[in-house]
Amino acid sequence: MRLINRHPGRASALVLGLIPFLLAILVYGMASRERLAENPNDKLLPGLEQMTSAINRMAFQEDRRSGDYLMWQDTKASLQRLAIGVGIAASLALAVGLLNGVLPVFRAGLAPLVSALSMIPPLAILPILFIVFGLGELSKVMLIVIGTAPIMMRDVAQRVRELPQEQLIKIQTLGANSWQVVTRMALPQVLPRLIDTVRLSLGPAWLFLIAAEAIASEEGLGYRIFLVRRYLAMDVILPYVLWITLLAIVIDQLLRLTNRRLFPWYNAGGH
Amino acid sequence: MSFITVNRLWKEYGSAVVLENLNLQVKQGEFCTLVGASGCGKSTFLKMLLGQEQPSRGELNLEGQTFPGEPDRNRGIVFQRYSVFPHLTVRQNVLLGLELEQKPFLGKLFGQQRREALDKVDGMIESVGLAHAANKWPHELSGGMQQRLAIAQSFIMRPRVLLLDEPFGALDPGIRGDMHELILKLWRETGTTIFMVTHDLQEGFYLGTRLLVFDKVRNDPQQPEAYGATITYDLPIGETSRQVYQSIESSVSETARNLSA
Repeated sequence: MRLINRHPGRASALVLGLIPFLLAILVYGMASRERLAENPNDKLLPGLEQMTSAINRMAFQEDRRSGDYLMWQDTKASLQRLAIGVGIAASLALAVGLLNGVLPVFRAGLAPLVSALSMIPPLAILPILFIVFGLGELSKVMLIVIGTAPIMMRDVAQRVRELPQEQLIKIQTLGANSWQVVTRMALPQVLPRLIDTVRLSLGPAWLFLIAAEAIASEEGLGYRIFLVRRYLAMDVILPYVLWITLLAIVIDQLLRLTNRRLFPWYNAGGH
Repeated sequence: MSFITVNRLWKEYGSAVVLENLNLQVKQGEFCTLVGASGCGKSTFLKMLLGQEQPSRGELNLEGQTFPGEPDRNRGIVFQRYSVFPHLTVRQNVLLGLELEQKPFLGKLFGQQRREALDKVDGMIESVGLAHAANKWPHELSGGMQQRLAIAQSFIMRPRVLLLDEPFGALDPGIRGDMHELILKLWRETGTTIFMVTHDLQEGFYLGTRLLVFDKVRNDPQQPEAYGATITYDLPIGETSRQVYQSIESSVSETARNLSA
Protein backbone atom coordinates (compact mmCIF):
# COMPACT_ATOMS: atom_id res chain seq x y z
CA MET A 1 0.00 0.00 0.00
CA ARG A 2 1.27 3.48 -0.81
CA LEU A 3 2.40 5.59 2.12
CA ILE A 4 -0.06 8.35 1.19
CA ASN A 5 -2.95 5.93 1.71
CA ARG A 6 -1.92 4.68 5.13
CA HIS A 7 -3.98 6.34 7.82
CA PRO A 8 -3.15 5.85 11.52
CA GLY A 9 -5.99 4.85 13.84
CA ARG A 10 -7.05 6.98 16.80
CA ALA A 11 -4.77 5.34 19.32
CA SER A 12 -1.73 5.20 17.09
CA ALA A 13 -2.28 8.83 16.03
CA LEU A 14 -2.20 9.78 19.71
CA VAL A 15 0.99 7.84 20.28
CA LEU A 16 2.58 9.28 17.15
CA GLY A 17 1.66 12.76 18.36
CA LEU A 18 3.22 12.18 21.76
CA ILE A 19 6.48 10.72 20.51
CA PRO A 20 8.14 14.03 19.52
CA PHE A 21 7.29 15.55 22.91
CA LEU A 22 8.65 12.56 24.80
CA LEU A 23 11.77 12.54 22.65
CA ALA A 24 12.40 16.23 23.31
CA ILE A 25 11.99 15.73 27.06
CA LEU A 26 14.22 12.68 26.98
CA VAL A 27 17.00 14.41 25.05
CA TYR A 28 16.82 17.43 27.33
CA GLY A 29 16.83 15.27 30.45
CA MET A 30 19.89 13.35 29.34
CA ALA A 31 21.82 16.47 28.36
CA SER A 32 20.86 18.19 31.59
CA ARG A 33 21.90 15.24 33.75
CA GLU A 34 25.24 15.04 31.99
CA ARG A 35 26.01 18.70 32.55
CA LEU A 36 24.84 18.64 36.15
CA ALA A 37 26.98 15.58 36.84
CA GLU A 38 29.99 17.56 35.72
CA ASN A 39 29.04 20.76 37.53
CA PRO A 40 26.12 20.77 40.02
CA ASN A 41 25.90 24.58 39.73
CA ASP A 42 25.44 24.52 35.97
CA LYS A 43 22.81 27.08 34.96
CA LEU A 44 22.39 26.36 31.29
CA LEU A 45 20.31 23.17 31.38
CA PRO A 46 18.58 23.08 34.77
CA GLY A 47 17.03 19.80 35.88
CA LEU A 48 13.49 19.20 37.06
CA GLU A 49 14.50 19.87 40.65
CA GLN A 50 15.92 23.34 39.95
CA MET A 51 12.93 24.24 37.82
CA THR A 52 10.34 23.17 40.40
CA SER A 53 12.13 25.09 43.08
CA ALA A 54 12.22 28.13 40.82
CA ILE A 55 8.49 27.81 40.09
CA ASN A 56 7.86 27.38 43.79
CA ARG A 57 9.84 30.52 44.51
CA MET A 58 8.20 32.59 41.77
CA ALA A 59 4.63 31.39 42.09
CA PHE A 60 4.02 30.27 45.65
CA GLN A 61 6.28 32.39 47.81
CA GLU A 62 6.05 36.10 48.43
CA ASP A 63 8.81 38.07 46.86
CA ARG A 64 11.15 39.21 49.60
CA ARG A 65 11.42 42.71 48.26
CA SER A 66 7.86 43.53 47.14
CA GLY A 67 5.78 40.93 48.96
CA ASP A 68 4.05 39.87 45.72
CA TYR A 69 3.66 36.47 44.12
CA LEU A 70 5.69 37.39 41.05
CA MET A 71 4.55 34.79 38.56
CA TRP A 72 0.87 35.47 39.14
CA GLN A 73 1.46 39.18 39.07
CA ASP A 74 3.34 38.84 35.78
CA THR A 75 0.63 36.62 34.34
CA LYS A 76 -2.11 39.02 35.31
CA ALA A 77 -0.27 42.03 33.87
CA SER A 78 0.51 40.28 30.59
CA LEU A 79 -2.93 38.76 30.10
CA GLN A 80 -4.54 42.09 30.80
CA ARG A 81 -2.43 43.82 28.16
CA LEU A 82 -3.04 41.02 25.72
CA ALA A 83 -6.80 41.04 26.28
CA ILE A 84 -7.15 44.81 25.96
CA GLY A 85 -4.88 44.94 22.91
CA VAL A 86 -6.48 42.05 21.06
CA GLY A 87 -9.96 43.21 22.11
CA ILE A 88 -9.43 46.68 20.67
CA ALA A 89 -7.80 45.26 17.54
CA ALA A 90 -10.66 42.82 16.97
CA SER A 91 -13.31 45.52 17.44
CA LEU A 92 -11.52 47.82 15.02
CA ALA A 93 -11.08 44.97 12.58
CA LEU A 94 -14.77 44.14 12.75
CA ALA A 95 -15.91 47.73 12.19
CA VAL A 96 -13.46 48.62 9.42
CA GLY A 97 -13.58 45.17 7.84
CA LEU A 98 -17.38 45.19 7.63
CA LEU A 99 -17.49 48.66 6.10
CA ASN A 100 -14.70 47.77 3.66
CA GLY A 101 -16.35 44.52 2.76
CA VAL A 102 -19.90 45.78 2.28
CA LEU A 103 -19.59 49.36 1.00
CA PRO A 104 -17.67 49.84 -2.26
CA VAL A 105 -17.28 53.56 -1.62
CA PHE A 106 -15.74 52.91 1.75
CA ARG A 107 -13.50 50.22 0.32
CA ALA A 108 -12.21 52.54 -2.41
CA GLY A 109 -11.29 55.12 0.19
CA LEU A 110 -9.87 52.94 2.90
CA ALA A 111 -8.63 49.60 1.57
CA PRO A 112 -5.33 50.96 0.16
CA LEU A 113 -4.57 52.62 3.50
CA VAL A 114 -5.30 49.44 5.42
CA SER A 115 -3.09 47.46 3.03
CA ALA A 116 -0.26 49.95 3.43
CA LEU A 117 -0.59 49.97 7.23
CA SER A 118 -0.49 46.20 7.39
CA MET A 119 2.90 46.30 5.63
CA ILE A 120 4.58 48.45 8.32
CA PRO A 121 6.72 46.25 10.55
CA PRO A 122 5.12 47.04 13.93
CA LEU A 123 8.33 46.68 15.92
CA ALA A 124 9.90 49.41 13.80
CA ILE A 125 7.40 51.91 15.18
CA LEU A 126 7.72 50.75 18.79
CA PRO A 127 10.09 53.67 19.54
CA ILE A 128 7.48 56.06 18.15
CA LEU A 129 4.87 54.51 20.44
CA PHE A 130 7.14 54.92 23.45
CA ILE A 131 7.77 58.53 22.51
CA VAL A 132 4.12 59.33 21.85
CA PHE A 133 2.36 57.25 24.49
CA GLY A 134 5.10 57.10 27.12
CA LEU A 135 6.48 53.96 28.73
CA GLY A 136 3.22 53.01 30.48
CA GLU A 137 0.54 50.49 29.65
CA LEU A 138 -0.80 52.42 26.68
CA SER A 139 2.23 51.99 24.46
CA LYS A 140 2.28 48.22 25.01
CA VAL A 141 -1.42 47.87 24.24
CA MET A 142 -0.99 50.12 21.21
CA LEU A 143 1.79 47.95 19.85
CA ILE A 144 -0.49 44.91 19.97
CA VAL A 145 -3.29 46.88 18.34
CA ILE A 146 -1.11 48.28 15.58
CA GLY A 147 0.57 44.95 15.06
CA THR A 148 -2.56 42.85 14.71
CA ALA A 149 -5.45 45.12 13.68
CA PRO A 150 -4.58 45.90 10.02
CA ILE A 151 -4.19 42.25 9.06
CA MET A 152 -7.41 41.35 10.87
CA MET A 153 -9.19 44.23 9.07
CA ARG A 154 -8.08 42.86 5.73
CA ASP A 155 -9.11 39.38 6.73
CA VAL A 156 -12.59 40.43 7.89
CA ALA A 157 -13.14 42.45 4.70
CA GLN A 158 -12.05 39.46 2.66
CA ARG A 159 -14.42 37.15 4.54
CA VAL A 160 -17.31 39.56 3.93
CA ARG A 161 -16.54 39.66 0.25
CA GLU A 162 -16.40 35.87 0.12
CA LEU A 163 -20.07 35.69 1.10
CA PRO A 164 -21.94 34.56 -2.03
CA GLN A 165 -23.13 37.40 -4.27
CA GLU A 166 -26.48 35.59 -4.40
CA GLN A 167 -27.04 36.33 -0.71
CA LEU A 168 -26.41 40.02 -1.22
CA ILE A 169 -28.98 40.13 -4.03
CA LYS A 170 -31.43 37.98 -2.11
CA ILE A 171 -31.47 40.16 0.98
CA GLN A 172 -32.06 43.23 -1.20
CA THR A 173 -35.07 41.53 -2.76
CA LEU A 174 -36.33 41.05 0.79
CA GLY A 175 -36.21 44.82 1.16
CA ALA A 176 -33.03 45.28 3.20
CA ASN A 177 -31.39 48.70 3.34
CA SER A 178 -27.58 49.01 3.54
CA TRP A 179 -27.60 49.06 7.33
CA GLN A 180 -29.68 45.90 7.45
CA VAL A 181 -27.37 44.20 4.96
CA VAL A 182 -24.54 44.85 7.42
CA THR A 183 -26.39 43.92 10.61
CA ARG A 184 -28.50 40.98 9.44
CA MET A 185 -26.34 39.41 6.74
CA ALA A 186 -22.67 40.38 6.97
CA LEU A 187 -22.12 40.84 10.71
CA PRO A 188 -23.64 37.59 11.96
CA GLN A 189 -21.84 35.57 9.31
CA VAL A 190 -18.50 37.24 9.86
CA LEU A 191 -18.44 36.93 13.67
CA PRO A 192 -17.35 33.28 13.76
CA ARG A 193 -14.75 34.07 11.12
CA LEU A 194 -13.52 36.94 13.28
CA ILE A 195 -12.96 34.52 16.14
CA ASP A 196 -10.88 32.34 13.82
CA THR A 197 -8.90 35.41 12.78
CA VAL A 198 -8.30 36.35 16.40
CA ARG A 199 -7.00 32.84 17.07
CA LEU A 200 -4.49 33.24 14.27
CA SER A 201 -3.51 36.72 15.45
CA LEU A 202 -2.77 35.60 18.99
CA GLY A 203 0.70 34.42 17.95
CA PRO A 204 1.77 37.86 16.69
CA ALA A 205 -0.02 39.47 19.65
CA TRP A 206 2.14 37.51 22.12
CA LEU A 207 5.21 38.42 20.11
CA PHE A 208 4.46 42.14 20.32
CA LEU A 209 3.50 41.90 23.98
CA ILE A 210 6.73 40.24 24.99
CA ALA A 211 8.80 42.57 22.84
CA ALA A 212 7.21 45.62 24.43
CA GLU A 213 7.56 44.20 27.93
CA ALA A 214 11.18 43.30 27.33
CA ILE A 215 12.06 46.85 26.42
CA ALA A 216 10.18 48.89 29.00
CA SER A 217 8.11 47.44 31.81
CA GLU A 218 7.99 46.73 35.51
CA GLU A 219 6.03 43.51 35.44
CA GLY A 220 4.83 40.95 32.96
CA LEU A 221 5.92 37.56 31.66
CA GLY A 222 8.14 39.01 28.95
CA TYR A 223 9.66 41.49 31.36
CA ARG A 224 10.55 38.73 33.82
CA ILE A 225 12.19 36.52 31.22
CA PHE A 226 14.38 39.33 29.99
CA LEU A 227 15.15 40.46 33.54
CA VAL A 228 16.40 37.10 34.78
CA ARG A 229 18.35 36.58 31.55
CA ARG A 230 21.05 38.73 33.18
CA TYR A 231 21.60 35.99 35.75
CA LEU A 232 21.39 33.21 33.18
CA ALA A 233 18.40 31.97 35.19
CA MET A 234 17.32 29.25 32.82
CA ASP A 235 15.50 27.60 35.72
CA VAL A 236 13.04 30.54 35.62
CA ILE A 237 13.06 31.21 31.88
CA LEU A 238 12.18 27.68 30.81
CA PRO A 239 9.12 27.30 33.10
CA TYR A 240 7.99 30.78 32.07
CA VAL A 241 8.20 29.87 28.40
CA LEU A 242 6.27 26.66 29.05
CA TRP A 243 3.69 28.66 31.04
CA ILE A 244 3.25 31.16 28.20
CA THR A 245 2.84 28.30 25.74
CA LEU A 246 0.25 26.70 27.97
CA LEU A 247 -1.65 29.99 28.29
CA ALA A 248 -1.61 30.40 24.53
CA ILE A 249 -2.98 26.89 24.02
CA VAL A 250 -5.71 27.38 26.61
CA ILE A 251 -6.80 30.73 25.12
CA ASP A 252 -6.83 29.24 21.63
CA GLN A 253 -8.94 26.28 22.71
CA LEU A 254 -11.33 28.49 24.67
CA LEU A 255 -11.89 30.59 21.56
CA ARG A 256 -12.43 27.46 19.50
CA LEU A 257 -15.02 26.16 21.95
CA THR A 258 -16.72 29.56 22.18
CA ASN A 259 -17.00 29.57 18.41
CA ARG A 260 -18.57 26.10 18.38
CA ARG A 261 -20.98 26.94 21.13
CA LEU A 262 -22.10 30.30 19.77
CA PHE A 263 -22.24 29.46 16.07
CA PRO A 264 -23.44 25.90 15.58
CA TRP A 265 -24.30 26.54 11.93
CA TYR A 266 -20.73 27.65 11.15
CA ASN A 267 -18.91 24.69 12.57
CA ALA A 268 -21.21 22.08 11.12
CA GLY A 269 -20.18 23.11 7.64
CA GLY A 270 -23.09 25.48 7.13
CA HIS A 271 -21.06 28.08 5.31
CA MET B 1 -50.99 48.73 -20.99
CA SER B 2 -49.09 45.57 -20.33
CA PHE B 3 -47.38 44.86 -17.03
CA ILE B 4 -43.86 44.47 -18.35
CA THR B 5 -42.79 45.97 -21.65
CA VAL B 6 -39.49 45.27 -23.37
CA ASN B 7 -38.89 47.47 -26.36
CA ARG B 8 -35.89 47.08 -28.70
CA LEU B 9 -33.65 46.08 -25.86
CA TRP B 10 -29.91 45.49 -26.39
CA LYS B 11 -27.28 44.34 -23.95
CA GLU B 12 -23.61 44.56 -24.81
CA TYR B 13 -20.43 44.04 -22.84
CA GLY B 14 -17.79 45.94 -24.78
CA SER B 15 -17.85 44.45 -28.26
CA ALA B 16 -19.65 41.30 -27.17
CA VAL B 17 -23.36 41.45 -27.94
CA VAL B 18 -25.41 39.34 -25.56
CA LEU B 19 -28.96 40.35 -26.42
CA GLU B 20 -30.09 42.08 -29.55
CA ASN B 21 -33.35 43.75 -30.33
CA LEU B 22 -35.54 42.09 -27.71
CA ASN B 23 -39.26 42.87 -27.83
CA LEU B 24 -41.73 41.46 -25.35
CA GLN B 25 -44.98 42.25 -23.61
CA VAL B 26 -45.95 40.38 -20.47
CA LYS B 27 -49.28 40.60 -18.68
CA GLN B 28 -49.60 40.49 -14.93
CA GLY B 29 -49.87 36.95 -13.63
CA GLU B 30 -48.13 35.26 -16.53
CA PHE B 31 -45.68 32.44 -15.89
CA CYS B 32 -42.93 32.66 -18.50
CA THR B 33 -40.24 30.04 -18.87
CA LEU B 34 -37.05 31.11 -20.57
CA VAL B 35 -35.03 28.42 -22.35
CA GLY B 36 -32.00 28.49 -24.58
CA ALA B 37 -28.34 27.47 -24.78
CA SER B 38 -25.85 28.70 -22.17
CA GLY B 39 -24.56 32.13 -23.05
CA CYS B 40 -27.73 33.15 -24.85
CA GLY B 41 -28.56 35.88 -22.41
CA LYS B 42 -31.38 34.27 -20.42
CA SER B 43 -29.70 34.99 -17.11
CA THR B 44 -28.64 38.44 -18.30
CA PHE B 45 -32.25 39.22 -19.11
CA LEU B 46 -33.27 37.98 -15.67
CA LYS B 47 -30.60 40.19 -14.07
CA MET B 48 -32.02 43.17 -15.91
CA LEU B 49 -35.51 42.36 -14.62
CA LEU B 50 -33.97 42.15 -11.16
CA GLY B 51 -32.13 45.47 -11.44
CA GLN B 52 -28.70 43.89 -11.12
CA GLU B 53 -27.81 44.83 -14.71
CA GLN B 54 -28.96 47.72 -16.88
CA PRO B 55 -29.87 47.53 -20.58
CA SER B 56 -27.32 49.07 -22.97
CA ARG B 57 -30.06 50.34 -25.27
CA GLY B 58 -33.81 50.15 -25.47
CA GLU B 59 -36.58 50.22 -22.91
CA LEU B 60 -37.47 47.92 -20.06
CA ASN B 61 -40.63 49.13 -18.35
CA LEU B 62 -42.75 47.99 -15.44
CA GLU B 63 -46.23 49.47 -15.79
CA GLY B 64 -44.85 52.22 -17.99
CA GLN B 65 -42.04 53.13 -15.57
CA THR B 66 -38.36 52.31 -16.14
CA PHE B 67 -37.27 49.36 -14.04
CA PRO B 68 -35.66 50.36 -10.72
CA GLY B 69 -31.87 50.23 -10.98
CA GLU B 70 -31.32 47.99 -7.98
CA PRO B 71 -33.05 44.96 -6.50
CA ASP B 72 -36.06 45.73 -4.27
CA ARG B 73 -38.78 43.95 -2.33
CA ASN B 74 -41.17 43.90 -5.30
CA ARG B 75 -39.01 41.47 -7.23
CA GLY B 76 -38.16 38.18 -5.55
CA ILE B 77 -35.43 35.83 -6.70
CA VAL B 78 -34.53 32.19 -6.24
CA PHE B 79 -31.09 31.17 -7.45
CA GLN B 80 -29.83 27.69 -8.12
CA ARG B 81 -27.75 27.84 -4.92
CA TYR B 82 -26.85 30.14 -2.02
CA SER B 83 -30.31 31.69 -1.86
CA VAL B 84 -30.85 31.05 1.84
CA PHE B 85 -28.90 32.38 4.79
CA PRO B 86 -26.78 29.71 6.49
CA HIS B 87 -26.76 31.52 9.84
CA LEU B 88 -30.55 31.49 10.18
CA THR B 89 -32.85 28.55 10.81
CA VAL B 90 -35.67 27.74 8.42
CA ARG B 91 -38.13 29.83 10.41
CA GLN B 92 -35.72 32.73 10.80
CA ASN B 93 -34.96 32.65 7.08
CA VAL B 94 -38.63 33.03 6.19
CA LEU B 95 -39.18 35.60 8.93
CA LEU B 96 -36.27 37.74 7.75
CA GLY B 97 -38.10 39.63 5.01
CA LEU B 98 -40.96 40.60 7.33
CA GLU B 99 -38.50 41.78 9.97
CA LEU B 100 -36.51 43.86 7.48
CA GLU B 101 -39.68 45.46 6.19
CA GLN B 102 -41.19 46.32 9.56
CA LYS B 103 -38.05 47.35 11.43
CA PRO B 104 -35.76 49.47 9.24
CA PHE B 105 -33.26 50.05 12.01
CA LEU B 106 -33.30 46.99 14.27
CA GLY B 107 -34.18 44.49 11.58
CA LYS B 108 -35.72 42.28 14.26
CA LEU B 109 -39.23 41.81 15.59
CA PHE B 110 -40.11 41.24 19.24
CA GLY B 111 -43.11 40.33 21.34
CA GLN B 112 -46.58 40.54 19.86
CA GLN B 113 -45.40 41.69 16.43
CA ARG B 114 -43.01 38.77 16.24
CA ARG B 115 -45.74 36.30 17.18
CA GLU B 116 -48.05 37.67 14.52
CA ALA B 117 -45.32 37.49 11.91
CA LEU B 118 -44.40 33.97 12.98
CA ASP B 119 -47.99 32.84 12.42
CA LYS B 120 -47.66 33.97 8.83
CA VAL B 121 -44.22 32.38 8.57
CA ASP B 122 -45.45 29.04 9.87
CA GLY B 123 -48.29 29.07 7.36
CA MET B 124 -45.82 29.68 4.56
CA ILE B 125 -43.45 26.98 5.81
CA GLU B 126 -46.39 24.59 6.00
CA SER B 127 -47.43 25.30 2.44
CA VAL B 128 -43.97 24.52 1.04
CA GLY B 129 -43.88 21.32 3.08
CA LEU B 130 -41.12 22.21 5.52
CA ALA B 131 -43.17 22.20 8.74
CA HIS B 132 -41.22 19.26 10.13
CA ALA B 133 -37.93 21.11 9.60
CA ALA B 134 -38.93 24.56 10.85
CA ASN B 135 -36.12 24.79 13.40
CA LYS B 136 -33.35 23.22 11.37
CA TRP B 137 -30.34 25.00 9.90
CA PRO B 138 -30.11 25.15 6.10
CA HIS B 139 -27.05 22.89 6.05
CA GLU B 140 -29.17 20.16 7.60
CA LEU B 141 -31.59 20.29 4.64
CA SER B 142 -31.33 18.48 1.32
CA GLY B 143 -30.93 20.48 -1.90
CA GLY B 144 -34.65 20.25 -2.65
CA MET B 145 -35.61 21.37 0.84
CA GLN B 146 -33.22 24.32 0.60
CA GLN B 147 -34.95 25.39 -2.61
CA ARG B 148 -38.36 25.03 -0.94
CA LEU B 149 -37.05 27.32 1.77
CA ALA B 150 -35.76 29.84 -0.76
CA ILE B 151 -39.14 29.83 -2.48
CA ALA B 152 -40.98 30.33 0.82
CA GLN B 153 -38.59 33.14 1.75
CA SER B 154 -39.42 34.97 -1.49
CA PHE B 155 -43.16 34.24 -1.63
CA ILE B 156 -43.87 35.53 1.87
CA MET B 157 -42.97 39.01 0.63
CA ARG B 158 -45.70 38.77 -2.02
CA PRO B 159 -43.40 40.14 -4.74
CA ARG B 160 -45.05 41.45 -7.88
CA VAL B 161 -42.50 39.60 -10.00
CA LEU B 162 -40.75 36.39 -9.03
CA LEU B 163 -37.56 35.46 -10.85
CA LEU B 164 -36.30 31.90 -10.79
CA ASP B 165 -32.76 31.36 -12.11
CA GLU B 166 -32.47 27.65 -12.88
CA PRO B 167 -33.93 26.92 -9.46
CA PHE B 168 -34.18 23.17 -9.92
CA GLY B 169 -31.07 22.64 -12.02
CA ALA B 170 -29.14 20.94 -9.25
CA LEU B 171 -31.96 18.64 -8.10
CA ASP B 172 -32.74 15.00 -8.82
CA PRO B 173 -35.40 14.46 -11.52
CA GLY B 174 -37.95 13.03 -9.05
CA ILE B 175 -37.60 15.94 -6.66
CA ARG B 176 -37.84 18.31 -9.59
CA GLY B 177 -41.36 17.08 -10.33
CA ASP B 178 -42.44 17.82 -6.76
CA MET B 179 -40.94 21.29 -7.03
CA HIS B 180 -42.87 21.94 -10.24
CA GLU B 181 -46.10 21.14 -8.46
CA LEU B 182 -45.14 23.39 -5.56
CA ILE B 183 -44.31 26.36 -7.72
CA LEU B 184 -47.48 25.95 -9.80
CA LYS B 185 -49.57 25.75 -6.63
CA LEU B 186 -48.05 28.92 -5.18
CA TRP B 187 -48.35 30.69 -8.50
CA ARG B 188 -52.08 29.88 -8.73
CA GLU B 189 -52.64 30.98 -5.14
CA THR B 190 -50.80 34.29 -5.39
CA GLY B 191 -51.09 35.29 -9.04
CA THR B 192 -47.49 36.53 -9.05
CA THR B 193 -45.86 37.10 -12.41
CA ILE B 194 -43.07 34.53 -12.73
CA PHE B 195 -40.04 34.34 -14.99
CA MET B 196 -38.14 31.10 -14.81
CA VAL B 197 -34.85 30.39 -16.57
CA THR B 198 -34.21 26.74 -17.26
CA HIS B 199 -31.79 24.56 -19.17
CA ASP B 200 -34.37 21.87 -19.44
CA LEU B 201 -36.54 22.25 -22.52
CA GLN B 202 -39.02 19.67 -21.17
CA GLU B 203 -39.47 21.76 -18.05
CA GLY B 204 -40.09 24.84 -20.18
CA PHE B 205 -42.72 23.04 -22.23
CA TYR B 206 -44.62 21.78 -19.25
CA LEU B 207 -44.51 24.62 -16.75
CA GLY B 208 -46.25 27.97 -16.86
CA THR B 209 -48.25 29.82 -19.48
CA ARG B 210 -45.68 30.96 -21.94
CA LEU B 211 -42.44 29.68 -23.39
CA LEU B 212 -39.73 32.10 -24.50
CA VAL B 213 -36.82 30.64 -26.45
CA PHE B 214 -33.60 32.68 -26.44
CA ASP B 215 -31.43 31.86 -29.42
CA LYS B 216 -29.01 33.37 -31.86
CA VAL B 217 -30.47 34.00 -35.27
CA ARG B 218 -27.17 34.91 -36.82
CA ASN B 219 -23.87 33.26 -36.10
CA ASP B 220 -20.37 34.22 -37.14
CA PRO B 221 -18.11 31.18 -36.65
CA GLN B 222 -15.01 33.41 -36.55
CA GLN B 223 -16.43 35.75 -33.96
CA PRO B 224 -19.17 34.17 -31.86
CA GLU B 225 -19.76 37.32 -29.76
CA ALA B 226 -20.49 39.50 -32.80
CA TYR B 227 -24.18 38.69 -32.76
CA GLY B 228 -26.45 38.50 -29.77
CA ALA B 229 -29.40 36.32 -28.96
CA THR B 230 -33.01 37.29 -29.16
CA ILE B 231 -36.37 35.65 -28.56
CA THR B 232 -36.89 33.23 -31.45
CA TYR B 233 -40.04 31.47 -30.22
CA ASP B 234 -42.76 32.96 -28.05
CA LEU B 235 -45.34 30.25 -27.54
CA PRO B 236 -48.35 29.87 -25.29
CA ILE B 237 -48.04 26.62 -23.39
CA GLY B 238 -50.56 23.94 -24.23
CA GLU B 239 -50.48 24.72 -27.93
CA THR B 240 -47.05 23.30 -28.43
CA SER B 241 -46.57 20.24 -30.56
CA ARG B 242 -43.93 17.56 -30.79
CA GLN B 243 -42.75 19.08 -34.04
CA VAL B 244 -42.20 22.51 -32.52
CA TYR B 245 -40.38 20.89 -29.63
CA GLN B 246 -37.98 19.13 -31.97
CA SER B 247 -37.32 22.18 -34.10
CA ILE B 248 -36.56 24.28 -31.00
CA GLU B 249 -34.39 21.53 -29.62
CA SER B 250 -32.31 21.25 -32.78
CA SER B 251 -31.92 24.99 -33.15
CA VAL B 252 -30.92 25.48 -29.52
CA SER B 253 -28.42 22.65 -29.55
CA GLU B 254 -26.89 23.94 -32.78
CA THR B 255 -26.34 27.31 -31.13
CA ALA B 256 -24.87 25.60 -28.11
CA ARG B 257 -22.43 23.73 -30.35
CA ASN B 258 -21.46 26.92 -32.14
CA LEU B 259 -20.88 28.72 -28.86
CA SER B 260 -18.74 26.02 -27.37
CA ALA B 261 -16.74 25.41 -30.56
